[in-house]
Amino acid sequence: MNSKKIKNYLPQILTLLTIILIFGFFTFNAQINMDNRGIDFGFGFLKQEASFDIQFSLIEYSGTDTYFRAYLVGLINTLLVSVIGIFFCTIIGVIVGIARLSPNYLVEKLATIWVEFFRNIPLLLQLFFWYYAALRALPLPKDAVNFFDISYLSVKGWYIPKFVWTNFSIFFYSVIVAAISIFFIYRFAKKQREETGKYVPAFLLSFLTIIIVPALTFLIAGVSLSFEYPVLSQMTKTIFNFKGGVGIPPELMALALALSLYTSTFIAENVRAGIMGVGKGQKEAAASIGLTTGQILKLVVMPQALRIIIPPTTNQYLNLTKNSSLAAAIAYPDLVLVFAGTAMMQTGRAIEIISITMLTYLTISLSISALMNWYNKKVAIKEK
Amino acid sequence: MINNLIFKKPNVNNLKQYVSIGLLFLTFSFLDVFLNSLFKINLTSALPGFISFFLPLIIGFIGFYLIRIEHTGNVFLDTANKKINLTPFNSVLTLLSIFVLVKYIPLLLNWLIFEANISGTTKEDCTGNGACWVFIKVWIKRFMYGMYPNAEQWRINTAFLILFVTVGSAFFIPEKYKKYLISFSILGLPLIAFILIYFLISGGFFGLEWVETGAWGGLSLTFIVSFFALIFCFPIGVFLALGRRSDLPAIKYSSIGFIEFWRGVPLITVLFMSAVMFPMFLPDGVYMDKLIRAIIAITLFEAAYMAEVVRGGLQALPRGQYDAAKSLGLGYWRMNFLVILPQALKLVIPGIANTFLALVKDTPLIYVVGLLELVGMIGLGKTNPKWLGMATEGYVFAGVVFWVICFSMSRYSQKLEKELSTER
Amino acid sequence: MIKSLKSFTYLLVSVALLIGLQSEAFAAKKSKTLKNTIKKDFVRCGVSQGLPGFSNADAAGNWSGVDVDVCRAVAAAVLGDSGKVKFTPLSAKERFTALTSGEIDILSRNTTWTLSRDADIGLTFVGVNFYDGQGFMVRKDSGITSVNQFKNGISACTNIGTTTELNMRDFFNSKKITYEPVAFEKADEVVAAYDSGRCDTYTTDKSGLAAQRTKMKNPDEHIVLPETISKEPLGPVVRQGDSVWEDIVRWSLNVMIEAEEYGITSANADSMKTSENPQIKRLVGAEGELGAALGLGNDWSINIIKQVGNYGESYKRNISDTGILPNRGPNQLWTKGGLLYVPPAR
Repeated sequence: MNSKKIKNYLPQILTLLTIILIFGFFTFNAQINMDNRGIDFGFGFLKQEASFDIQFSLIEYSGTDTYFRAYLVGLINTLLVSVIGIFFCTIIGVIVGIARLSPNYLVEKLATIWVEFFRNIPLLLQLFFWYYAALRALPLPKDAVNFFDISYLSVKGWYIPKFVWTNFSIFFYSVIVAAISIFFIYRFAKKQREETGKYVPAFLLSFLTIIIVPALTFLIAGVSLSFEYPVLSQMTKTIFNFKGGVGIPPELMALALALSLYTSTFIAENVRAGIMGVGKGQKEAAASIGLTTGQILKLVVMPQALRIIIPPTTNQYLNLTKNSSLAAAIAYPDLVLVFAGTAMMQTGRAIEIISITMLTYLTISLSISALMNWYNKKVAIKEK
Repeated sequence: MINNLIFKKPNVNNLKQYVSIGLLFLTFSFLDVFLNSLFKINLTSALPGFISFFLPLIIGFIGFYLIRIEHTGNVFLDTANKKINLTPFNSVLTLLSIFVLVKYIPLLLNWLIFEANISGTTKEDCTGNGACWVFIKVWIKRFMYGMYPNAEQWRINTAFLILFVTVGSAFFIPEKYKKYLISFSILGLPLIAFILIYFLISGGFFGLEWVETGAWGGLSLTFIVSFFALIFCFPIGVFLALGRRSDLPAIKYSSIGFIEFWRGVPLITVLFMSAVMFPMFLPDGVYMDKLIRAIIAITLFEAAYMAEVVRGGLQALPRGQYDAAKSLGLGYWRMNFLVILPQALKLVIPGIANTFLALVKDTPLIYVVGLLELVGMIGLGKTNPKWLGMATEGYVFAGVVFWVICFSMSRYSQKLEKELSTER
Repeated sequence: MIKSLKSFTYLLVSVALLIGLQSEAFAAKKSKTLKNTIKKDFVRCGVSQGLPGFSNADAAGNWSGVDVDVCRAVAAAVLGDSGKVKFTPLSAKERFTALTSGEIDILSRNTTWTLSRDADIGLTFVGVNFYDGQGFMVRKDSGITSVNQFKNGISACTNIGTTTELNMRDFFNSKKITYEPVAFEKADEVVAAYDSGRCDTYTTDKSGLAAQRTKMKNPDEHIVLPETISKEPLGPVVRQGDSVWEDIVRWSLNVMIEAEEYGITSANADSMKTSENPQIKRLVGAEGELGAALGLGNDWSINIIKQVGNYGESYKRNISDTGILPNRGPNQLWTKGGLLYVPPAR
């Protein structure tokens, strides 16, 4: 009896003791080192004035704002490039994944080459290639690549027209209202189908709603949209710039490109595994009860495939978000570059800043994982 | 007669005429694109721009329509039809793919090979429009070995040779000793690796000149970091996986905490931590080498991913194995090392190979702590005043090297997966 | 009687030895860094990743520059051989942590002396070896000849985490000009970005501008604008808390400057031992016990002057003769109108 208890408790106590010892050792040393150097530990620096500017920011920021605001700017930039990357990598990934299953020999081989090519080259190398080799070779603004005179691509960035709204909030609310009504339309259609067997053209109705409701706001609510086009302006004899419009910095473009292309390969493999994972019997049974190809895809294959596709794909989205920290290698002001780079170098508070940065990423990862676990439990096929 | 040709659907009867006309159309359409891209000759310049742009597509489409005949009996035609010409949509896809290939592959080959320069020793020797491979040729030793002294480079080669021989021999030992394989790879291999790195590559003993870690670099550093991180992260990952599946709560939750922490943060922040934070945690005056800190950081990071891979294998084993081992009276450790782990690890060899692949692809990040492996060395070379503007050549070279390594490894792991799945 | 005399003598001798050893070990004991340096037999010096004139390695791996010479001076003073230095190239990000963590003992990397760096991060600046200021570089064909011609929307490349970044902001704000800061970690990347046209102007310390210009594809295509927008006193840095090591580095630099003031060069240092001027004699170690106060031998200062040269020789060798900055500018002795005025070594 006793020996069993010892066997149970001794290892645990030893493990806990070791962990406490290691942490204690680190903290003790850190304390001594900081005392010796006259550095103190504290998060008060977050309220200090940052006094450096950030190249690209979605929210208002100037050098007189605090380090905490700089942290927020970095965080938003990270999320921005992650969202853009996720959007494009999903589209590309789905297309390539389906192409991998195509009966067409050429298309399938090309898709395979795509996947094998972008997957086996390190992401950092791809990023360097896009930023230092490809985008650096773009022409100066004077000879910028011209897209129908409304958009220009140069070494300084991609300039696109800026949306200038009046009464944007009304338009925004109308879109929300349309989205909610679409949700109710679908519920209504489903209920009708189950109760009376009548078919309600839900898709057509939703399509009309999403078009008409926002369009109405233009007509009756005074919403209007105009565009501000980028215009080439001469600063000096040889230096030109674009005024007006929105300038997308080449750093953002290179990072989004590299992330999308690299992650799209993993998404493609996931999609392929998902669709292949739906048994052939399912498709045959669905066909035998008279469903059309489109209906088979929508009602039988996709729901089952999604169950296989979504968990690893969410993992890949998470990886993409973590990989966006490579922005520190090119000058894109994401969380790592702004906070764990500039801010850390100016204040010298390495421990605090790196802890905050790691904690931020950890929070993002853990929340997405928790969400994924909840989704998995909800759609899990309960095995007997 | 012409009416019949145009309006009758192609079938086996008028095979010969349709196929020949179809092939004619196809040839014309491909030729147009080819000449246009490579020699800038526009065969259809007589027509207005819009039509001449889409003409190859239309002609090709008609050509494919004409040769789409089922069950002709001609093997070549049938396979071609099945593979690239199944439906009209398919034929459009095929056409577009071929056009893209024909348009860009010659340009690529031109840049890579035909107009490239490889002879010479300075940038001025690159006279052509193509790639300047002289840059790679001149810097190759640096890219491979970093700043490691030329005379001592045999030491790195020897170290890797010994490592390969050791790992390779594991496949050839007699059955009797196979059960000790796991213990060897968990305990013996790290020790050998450590000895190799400390005495052979770093040196300073037995008459070998000491080479500081700041001088290590290039592709050899990539391999050093990858191999040694893998060898060290494997045992840690196994222990973490076992810990996570343990019934003792303290051990279980510490393992979970450790794994989830390292999996949730990006590698670049971990490397920052090792470069900037970690020195603060050491006693005053104790200084740990930069490379060792980086390897420790990468090892711990990958150990968490390895733990998840091993856990997958442990979970896949049927409970019967555990019960049978326990009924034989085997204790916890003997059960795991002699019965459970050998089977579980065999299941997840592809997963381990994938982790190693990810490790190799993650090594370029150590440039943030100032260590220059292959990508870092290329960055150094391209900003050298004598060689400005060689970024593309450098990164293409690095890309090719990494691609060859990673592709072979992934192919090998796929082969392993097939072999092992049939075994069961 | 004889026995007790013998033991008493032994006692006396041991006490004398103890006191004698202690006084020399005293200075060494008070400084861990000095002890470690003597034990290792080389000075660990943190330098830049390649800035001509300040710290730059040639193809064979030999370092030269005015920052390099500061470390060599310390090596000559402490170990008697100015060649006993190990150089560690550092980026702007790791330079301070390399020093605080103990990877290097002196940071001689054209670092600007500011309050926050001195007080806040556990470091101590021990002097100024180059008085500089921040400036801008533009292409000659852009037609810009003064910073007053900068317009809204200009893009400026610089190094991340430097005083340059902060000063740039202050400058453009004061002129009410909107600008786009593009900040890289490695100086080479900054230069490449400016050279390719990604940025319209490149800004850093004017000495850095002059040095980097020599590394560009066509140096003649670029000019450094005349205005100086900030004070940048560049000097060596050591860890806080080791006052003996601090003094050694500080006075090694001061000796170099004062030697030039008194006309002592590496060539005539030996002959100066018989000089009439007592200060000169002190500087060459022919008089006084200055070395002992620092825990060094008495030939510490003459070793510096003979092996590294005085400040003027170092400047000429690295900066004027290489064409980076032909004139001394503010880096001239106070007796000739410059800013170099150091406390006397006595």
